[in-house]
Amino acid sequence: MDLTLKVWRQDGPQARGRFETYPVQGISADMSFLEMLDIVNERLITEGVEPIQFEHDCREGICGSCGVMINGKAHGGHERTATCQLHMRTFKDGDTIVVEPWRAGAFPVIRDLVVNRSALDRIIEVGGFISVNTGSAPEANMLPIPKEVSDAAMDAAECIGCGACVAACPNGAAQLFTSAKLQHLNLLPQGQAERWQRTVAMVEKMEEYFGGCTNHGECQVACPKGISIDFISYMNRDFIKGKSLNRRLGGQGLAK
Amino acid sequence: MVTLDARIPDGPINEKWESHRFNMRLVNPANKRRFTVIMIGSGLAGASGAASLAELGYNVKVFTYHDSPRRAHSIAAQGGINAAKNYQNDGDSVFRLFYDTIKGGDFRSREANVHRLAELSVNIIDQCVAQGVPFAREYGGLLDNRSFGGVQVSRTFYARGQTGQQLLLGAYSTLMRQVGLGTVELFPRQEMLDVVTVDGRAAGVVVRDLVTGEVSSHAAHAVVLATGGYGNVYYLSTNAKKSNATAAWRAHKRGALFANPCYTQIHPTCIPASDDFQSKLTLMSESLRNDGRIWVPKDPADTRPPNQIPEADRDYYLERMYPSFGNLVPRDVASRAAKRQVDQGRGVGPKRNGVYLDFAEAIQRLGRKEVEERYGNLFEMYDRITDEDPYETPMRIYPAIHYTMGGLWVDYNLMSSIPGVFVAGEANFSDHGANRLGASALMQGLADGYFILPYTVGDYLAGLLGQKAPGTDHPAFVEARKGVEEQTRRFLSIKGTKSPDHFHRELGKIMWEQAGMERSKAGLEQALRDIPALRADFDRDLRILGTGDSLNDSLEKAGRVADFFELGELLIRDALHREESCGGHLRIESQTEDGEAMRDDEHFSYVGAWEWTGDGQPQALHKEALTFENIHVAQRSYK
Repeated sequence: MDLTLKVWRQDGPQARGRFETYPVQGISADMSFLEMLDIVNERLITEGVEPIQFEHDCREGICGSCGVMINGKAHGGHERTATCQLHMRTFKDGDTIVVEPWRAGAFPVIRDLVVNRSALDRIIEVGGFISVNTGSAPEANMLPIPKEVSDAAMDAAECIGCGACVAACPNGAAQLFTSAKLQHLNLLPQGQAERWQRTVAMVEKMEEYFGGCTNHGECQVACPKGISIDFISYMNRDFIKGKSLNRRLGGQGLAK
Repeated sequence: MVTLDARIPDGPINEKWESHRFNMRLVNPANKRRFTVIMIGSGLAGASGAASLAELGYNVKVFTYHDSPRRAHSIAAQGGINAAKNYQNDGDSVFRLFYDTIKGGDFRSREANVHRLAELSVNIIDQCVAQGVPFAREYGGLLDNRSFGGVQVSRTFYARGQTGQQLLLGAYSTLMRQVGLGTVELFPRQEMLDVVTVDGRAAGVVVRDLVTGEVSSHAAHAVVLATGGYGNVYYLSTNAKKSNATAAWRAHKRGALFANPCYTQIHPTCIPASDDFQSKLTLMSESLRNDGRIWVPKDPADTRPPNQIPEADRDYYLERMYPSFGNLVPRDVASRAAKRQVDQGRGVGPKRNGVYLDFAEAIQRLGRKEVEERYGNLFEMYDRITDEDPYETPMRIYPAIHYTMGGLWVDYNLMSSIPGVFVAGEANFSDHGANRLGASALMQGLADGYFILPYTVGDYLAGLLGQKAPGTDHPAFVEARKGVEEQTRRFLSIKGTKSPDHFHRELGKIMWEQAGMERSKAGLEQALRDIPALRADFDRDLRILGTGDSLNDSLEKAGRVADFFELGELLIRDALHREESCGGHLRIESQTEDGEAMRDDEHFSYVGAWEWTGDGQPQALHKEALTFENIHVAQRSYK
């Protein structure tokens, strides 16, 4: 198939960006979107034009490296699909495809389609863990965890940290990411000891970088792992409890 | 002159690690603060090792070329992680896991290392559960297990089809906790391009900032390489696109021996390439072979759609050749058989590069619902990639490079032949012999990082107490930095016509053709002529646009491809010298009358460790003899 690509090119974080138009011929429907970009880049190199910089690695939808806005939609807007899992058969011969980097204040552009997502790591480092040093773990089967609970934690833990939720949000909010990370740990018995301080620390760190949530729900639609916005409600509940109650004297009662 | 001393502790196999732990020196808490350890890589081994060392009180610096440590390729592992917990009461034990691993590795790994791995496997599960890794559970709330890869017990722990992801996120969370506490300094988007040694010991590394191009030096008392495998030397593999061997290779050129490079693993159930621009291959779980039947049309000229080919015109070749194991023969046997069908012109699909994996019989026997229950997610993944519905038409599969057992040589302490340079995870050669069992890679990465490095690195550092580490103004650092900058300048100045990807693809073709599943003396010798010729073209005709002081993907690739050329050549040399079939590989000259792999224990029961002797010179081979005191050595048979 033959396509027209309009790609955001930006030489560096401070440089002015612009759209460049590249005609693309002879693309096979079985190619992935990123392989199409590979071909465009090979041709650009032949023509003496610097190739388009884009993030990618595993190319099977699990590392979370890739992610661009395709025709205004994060990862192209297909259900449970990361950019690397998108195939050219979803486009039609003659289509014009607009490709842009993630659009969010917290994700400054580094070059072309590559953005800096390190704000997500900052949220994790203030609380996205269970404090257990190597060697101090009890026997694994000491603590039975109901299958439903474990499955729900896994639903949250599937987040690949790609940032599509932020890019899709009109406010550039990271509620879906943060709540998925929080609820993975907050649902599990191992995560209870630090539940309240974890929630407060991560939410407050999130607010330093990202916009506020106004329940648009775009994040859930964009998420390549189909993570539910229900987790955001749980996060808000835990945040209010964590902020309003006296953790030292609340004891187990706080958990109810 | 290098002497290979594996430093394996004395005593019975099940007491070696215990007594070694007692004999290793300790560093007291006040002194730990005085030591800096550099960790290269943030996958399972790197993240777990860095976090554990930082918890002990060492200063740790972690470098990764990713934007976040969480993106390391460990994240893509699907199946699971083995541990000898014997929760199923089905006869598993530390000794059985040890035995299975040695046998699976075709008797080409060290007994002492493998036994330690089996011992530590149980601690890994405890540690991961405590971190909140959401392993699959039974309705009673306890951990679930499944069986995996031809062993007879159920010892594999898993988290849906994303076990690697969940284990890595666990290790990443402990690492980020230390970053938050200030004990680990994290350097994302920095690629290690040289190891620096002073007086024959590790002194630090030289790294390049991938965003600004700045080359900088970092001094340390010890350097750990946890940089993964070199499967991408074949270009097409199931590895992530950025996975590369550069850090390991630069260490090799500074004196670290490279062991068994020809031991690479091929996975039989991958989706065949759809065109020449295919960028990577996607693996589908081997469990598919439990119910799928593999076949090709009997007549190579048969171009009918698979559903219209009657039973009589199909060749279920695995069932025909291996009546007792059938479609469940080990990975290497299944892979080789598929390659032979394709080589004989009986391949299927638009490019005639696959074989059918058919579920029609399973759907009839079990019902569509049950098949969906077992393989639904895999069918969906296949459909998404190929646009073919496996419920209606057979899947097409073909083997692909998946894992590399070879790597930098290490002793029992995971220290390379450069004192102070440690190597962990897939980057070292130590535990899997000539073939790795399914669900053992994750186990090894975490055993190395959580439970071995914290002791052995400490033992090394204890010997350095009171000695000042050379600073980054030392001439060795200056020289290494210059070398790195010079390489960047050279790539940019060639101004040829072809991209690094072009050369990588061409190299991959040579490697796959001559050093894939079947190897012959003539083919390997041909490769030794073809690779240098391609390399010469690379040096003459490479085109890198842009500059060295901004994000430049082609420039990064050029350095990695240059190292793959040298590593590829060594891999071929190693394969050429090993005139036996073992593990995943058939050496044409070493097979039984009916075409099965034939090991040669009399001549090749050793680790082949290669020493760099200078540019353009062939590496020197050193041999570490393998002795088996606890396991009876036997030839495999799957007839």
